[in-house]
Amino acid sequence: MATTSTIDVVMPQMGVSVSEGTITKWLKQEGEPIEADESLLEISTDKVDTEVPSPGSGVVQQILVQEGETVEVGTKLAVIAPVGAEAPAVEEAPPEPAEAPAVEEETPEPEAAPPAPTPPAPSPVAADGNGGGEKTFVSPVVARIASEHGVDVGQVSGTGRGGRVTKKDILAFVESAGAQQPPPQEQAAPAVPEAPPAPVPAQPEPEPEPAPAAPLAPAPAAAAQPEAEPGESYEPMTAMRRGIAEHMRRSLDTSAHVTSAIEVDMSRVVAIRKKLKAEYQKSYGVNPTYLAFVARATVETLRDYPWINGELRGDQIVTRNYVNLGFAVELADGKGLIVPVVRHTEGLNLLGMARSISDIAQRARDKKLLPDDVQGGTFTITNPGGYGTFHGTPVISQPQAAILGTYAVVKRPWVIQDDRGEDVIAIRPIMNLTLTYDHRLVDGALAGRFLRDLREKLESWDEDSY
Amino acid sequence: MTYLQAISDGLRQEMRRDKRVFVIGEDVGVYGGAFKVTLGFQEEFGPWRVIDAPLSETAIVGGCTGAAIMGMRPVAEMQFADFISCAWDHLVTVAAKQRWRAGTPVPITVRLPSGGGFSGGPFHSQNPESSFAHIPGLKVICPATPEDAKGLLATAIQDPNPCLYFEHKHLYRRLKAEVPEERYETPFGKARVHREGEDVSVITWGAMVHTADEAAQQLEGDGISVEIVDLRTLIPWDKQAVLESVSKTSKVVVLHEDTHTGGFGGEIAATIAEEAFEDLDAPLKRIAAPDTPVPFSPVLEKAYIPQVEDVVAGIKEVAEY
Repeated sequence: MATTSTIDVVMPQMGVSVSEGTITKWLKQEGEPIEADESLLEISTDKVDTEVPSPGSGVVQQILVQEGETVEVGTKLAVIAPVGAEAPAVEEAPPEPAEAPAVEEETPEPEAAPPAPTPPAPSPVAADGNGGGEKTFVSPVVARIASEHGVDVGQVSGTGRGGRVTKKDILAFVESAGAQQPPPQEQAAPAVPEAPPAPVPAQPEPEPEPAPAAPLAPAPAAAAQPEAEPGESYEPMTAMRRGIAEHMRRSLDTSAHVTSAIEVDMSRVVAIRKKLKAEYQKSYGVNPTYLAFVARATVETLRDYPWINGELRGDQIVTRNYVNLGFAVELADGKGLIVPVVRHTEGLNLLGMARSISDIAQRARDKKLLPDDVQGGTFTITNPGGYGTFHGTPVISQPQAAILGTYAVVKRPWVIQDDRGEDVIAIRPIMNLTLTYDHRLVDGALAGRFLRDLREKLESWDEDSY
Repeated sequence: MTYLQAISDGLRQEMRRDKRVFVIGEDVGVYGGAFKVTLGFQEEFGPWRVIDAPLSETAIVGGCTGAAIMGMRPVAEMQFADFISCAWDHLVTVAAKQRWRAGTPVPITVRLPSGGGFSGGPFHSQNPESSFAHIPGLKVICPATPEDAKGLLATAIQDPNPCLYFEHKHLYRRLKAEVPEERYETPFGKARVHREGEDVSVITWGAMVHTADEAAQQLEGDGISVEIVDLRTLIPWDKQAVLESVSKTSKVVVLHEDTHTGGFGGEIAATIAEEAFEDLDAPLKRIAAPDTPVPFSPVLEKAYIPQVEDVVAGIKEVAEY
């Protein structure tokens, strides 16, 4: 779209539950020319980091929000003007907006509204089709089908009134998914309302990168040709599976994954747990699991290692005075994974931790999580040990810096020192812990010290401090 | 058998098998009823079971309510459904509430010749079913076919609650179909898919089922496949069947002969919006009579009652959305 008038670039809605985003980098500066769909800036939200394409061709007339600032969805970020246009119009906002006015004054766009067309200035994700405004209306059933199949409605050609995509259109598209590649200019399309549990929503087509980032929007079913080989069968990917696939790939492409492991003698924890179990269950109906002990000790340890509880955001290192702990939970059907988050775990004792984990795991399996329950984690624990595995290399949940893996507690012959200081072999319950960390931020020595301290806390668990 | 004969047949069978059933109404005895539904009944069952009542709907429904409380199964005939407003108090204040108030069932059936299409004017053409659908305690029955007319009447007479049985006058002698000879009951609250289709669902009842059917036949030529759901009873109504059809087609027309505002179509539309929002692919369309009394003039009446052309246009609008 070659612009004839100025176009506003606004903070896009990256999924239904996301209400704000942070500008991580401007890829174009004021005065630079830009083509339609060329990347203009990078943003980071709770759920996704992405590049925002320019809604039209022209010149970057004005940048209204600086790097590092976090603004609400719908906030005007920049103005694209036709080539040869005048200097910035001053009435809109001061060139160096303080955070508050930027949000308060400029609300021509509805706040948390989906990126519906806002004539005459389409938001960056509005369709650039020839169907006019009506094309962007997505009926409830079409939205649902799109979300279930992870289809980008903008890629479906509509036969309804004014080019609207009808239920039949999208069903036909899903059936013959990818049979024909859609024309590229149709790619910048309305973001599909995402299913809440999917870790990552549909996002604008990523810029072509050297890394083999799997494009999310076009259904990977594209590759699935109708005929299965003898003995094979096809099963469509769910939106959640697609979300997991994208997130895993993106995490590996983003972070420099390194894993360190440590063995922990759980004797004290086993003993204390044995003592507490009956009491906790009788009084509170809660099982003090090993996971609760490990989580509690982890939160304590993280206090001394803020980077491991941190995040790389653009050129900044983010640290926090709180720990929002994510727990990887397998869904009941065995076909999905979700990472609900317990917030502000630094304020929880062992009982509170056990109760929170049990609550959130149950709600995850019952599919009763609220959108906020899966956001805002600062560190994650995954517990594949339930099946007896003793080692693994988990993938970091972006944009966090590390993930702790906990494994089966097994009785092993263990060399300890007896009363006289002589080595003897004892039978001890041993648990392996792994820390997989982003080496961009966390070095091996730091990770090693973290694991050492965590082991120390578990092995010397003080009965009186829960 | 015509729609009218089916009603007559069903009523006669109930009276033969159940001595508690009696008929009361204006001119139902010697004259055989204004539309001759009870022709020959007094000869067969005698004047004490086929009672000519004075011109008082209040007395008819009041008497039926008392008789029902005492264990009888009265079938009242309103000469025209329009006249039931005279009996509102007995029906709504007493009959509909008796069971909740005192625990005693009130098994009365009120036959209500309803509907227009014959220039009967404002007092002889109404479809007041929505008014009564709003009253908890009453059941509302609107058969569209001879087979349903017979089966639903049997169910109504045996039902322990007051049942309003709206028989459409326009169908009386124009509708002919095979009807089983033996007695049978057609269950309440089970819709009938009158016609299967893929593109648009028409939810309707009574005479409008046939208007919709003609429209559907015309639209077949345009490649629009119409599904028609005949509710058969409004209270209780078959929500499940409606939601299933909506989930199939995602486009809905609700059609009724009653007036638009406050018509039962609004209830259906609201339910679809509440429970099937994510199935919808187009705004729901209501087709109903305008909010005026039924006009006398044949030309105006035609403009008033939804006609095949209106339904065709409405369905097309939704289909093309």
